[in-house]
Amino acid sequence: MLSQESLQQIDREVAKYPADQKQSAVMAALRIAQVEKGWLPQELIAFIADYLEMPAIAAYEVASFYNMYDLEPVGKHKITVCTNLPCALSGGVHAADYVKQKLGIDFNETTADGKFTLKEGECMGACGDAPVLLVNNHHMCSWMTKEKIDQLLADLESK
Amino acid sequence: MILAGVDGDRAWRLQDYLARGGYSALKKIISEKIPPEAIIAELKTAVLRGRGGAGFPTGLKWSFMPRSFPGDKYLACNSDEGEPGTFKDRDILRYNPHSVIEGMTIAAYAMGCARGYNYIHGEIFEIYQRFEEALEEARAANLLGADILGSGFSFDLFAHHGYGAYICGEETALLESIEGKKGQPRFKPPFPASYGLYGKPTTINNTETFASVPFIINMGGEAFLNLGKPNNGGMKLFSVSGHVNRPGNYEIPLGTPFSELLEMAGGMRGGRKLKAVIPGGSSSPVLPADVMMSCTMDYDSISKAGSMLGSGAVIVMDETTCMVKALERLSYFYFEESCGQCTPCREGTGWLYRVVHRIENGLGRADDLDLLNSVTGNIMGRTICALGDAASMPVQSFIKHFGGEFQYHIENKKCLVSPEVQYEGSQIYVSPSC
Ligand SMILES: Cc1cc2nc3c(=O)[nH]c(=O)nc-3n(C[C@H](O)[C@H](O)[C@H](O)COP(=O)(O)O)c2cc1C
Ligand code: SF4
Ligand code: FES
Repeated sequence: MLSQESLQQIDREVAKYPADQKQSAVMAALRIAQVEKGWLPQELIAFIADYLEMPAIAAYEVASFYNMYDLEPVGKHKITVCTNLPCALSGGVHAADYVKQKLGIDFNETTADGKFTLKEGECMGACGDAPVLLVNNHHMCSWMTKEKIDQLLADLESK
Repeated sequence: MILAGVDGDRAWRLQDYLARGGYSALKKIISEKIPPEAIIAELKTAVLRGRGGAGFPTGLKWSFMPRSFPGDKYLACNSDEGEPGTFKDRDILRYNPHSVIEGMTIAAYAMGCARGYNYIHGEIFEIYQRFEEALEEARAANLLGADILGSGFSFDLFAHHGYGAYICGEETALLESIEGKKGQPRFKPPFPASYGLYGKPTTINNTETFASVPFIINMGGEAFLNLGKPNNGGMKLFSVSGHVNRPGNYEIPLGTPFSELLEMAGGMRGGRKLKAVIPGGSSSPVLPADVMMSCTMDYDSISKAGSMLGSGAVIVMDETTCMVKALERLSYFYFEESCGQCTPCREGTGWLYRVVHRIENGLGRADDLDLLNSVTGNIMGRTICALGDAASMPVQSFIKHFGGEFQYHIENKKCLVSPEVQYEGSQIYVSPSC
């Protein structure tokens, strides 16, 4: 269900915890699985649970509790813009509006070609870099002026 | 101190850290065989107060750990920085990760812990990767792992990556999360010092708290204390965001006047007038401009003014800000991030958001401010963790200091600050120095 490489990465995570605490690696394992597959269908979560010798329901609870796991398919590039107050004071909402306008979608929508999904984010611990946005959960983009948003979307479009 | 002169792409490397005197505190402890009690005493002298929000004295916290407990004991670092306005731990991990590793290793030595975890906020994956690399460097140099520098003392440290849940910054939720569960805070007592990670004694401190430890060992507790002011030892990182010319982190002695910090951050954007400041992260009560201008930046001064120094996140708002809208966004955050375990918090945060939302949208009712005050009264002190209070304090303080603006909204069904002015004031702004 997962590539050899992903399984090796998961094994490295498991090794961080005491031998009888494999479940501790579930967050990392779900992340690694999501990176490979794009999102987390139920069977994949069950597979992870099995791999870590924990009940499937416990892994599912974790996957649904934390915001960055996608339990539904998302576009190829998921963009999450922070609109919390500190960011909003330096244009977070304007930046989000600009992305919406450029992509022609609202928050929680995906473009018709399946390339982009837009999400509204909470504080990313980077408010000094406002406006900030995340690409595919892992890449943070700081000081996003309209020009930089144009550039970013063009780069992602061509990927 | 922690961030002085460290930026760019290389400062985080072990080699650079060693070149600026890094790991000398750890080496000193090992070579001089300084006993654990002496380290804890030094922290007490330094009056190092927890940098994560509560300001609890670190030396005292460490002394709660049962050193003679025979089984495993754990150490956890809280880098789950997600309190709106706070962005200091990210820079510490980005530019000076070894200071955290060294601080944690000293802590482990002082408390007899063999294993530790650094819990890193989900949204900063790139920083998590860097921290993992820094750990590898430390292991390769035998500064971490078995028999550190031939001392017979062993400590291993790992990074645990969060995945998007503010509540995991609460220390017991953080432990649940490391155990691979939903991040739901535990009832206290028992406290983590007796029942923590995997049910074992555990100490949790903030990233900046750990990063301060090597400095205290090197310069001595007395000198550290004297950097700040009595009962507020040392330097502190302040994350300044909002309507200033140069948002960013500023590391200054505790006790520095707020006006100086504002100056360092380039002053008010566009020369506009200061309206209000949230001095310690979104959970701390807001203060009006005149009160804030007379404060110094330390735990005691801010608390005397009716707020909290919290995590040191200073959110600056100018006259273009609609206070109802500002509160609406914060209330949404707490509603969204409540873990849902306790009814007063789960239901109450929803109420707070909906009522503020309707006031902002011109649908407020005459008794809405009373309603808000009564909802916060039903949350405060009745929940498992402090998120309930954290959601309530902004509401109470916004109404207390800016009640007139809320009243205006309810009566006139619109903002006191015109939409055009608000629109201008919330434009995308990037400091030219970035
Ligand atoms: C809802 C909530 C969120 C918190 N978030 C953080 C956080 O992001 N970082 C942090 O260090 N402490 C946070 N805390 C405080 C921790 O529970 C804990 O007091 C702190 O990590 C202790 O470290 P210190 O004594 O070094 O400050 C939070 C508390 C609550 C109630
Ligand atoms: S106060 Fe709120 S966040 Fe804290 S445990 Fe209760 S429901 Fe969860
Ligand atoms: S408010 Fe946007 S990163 Fe903190």
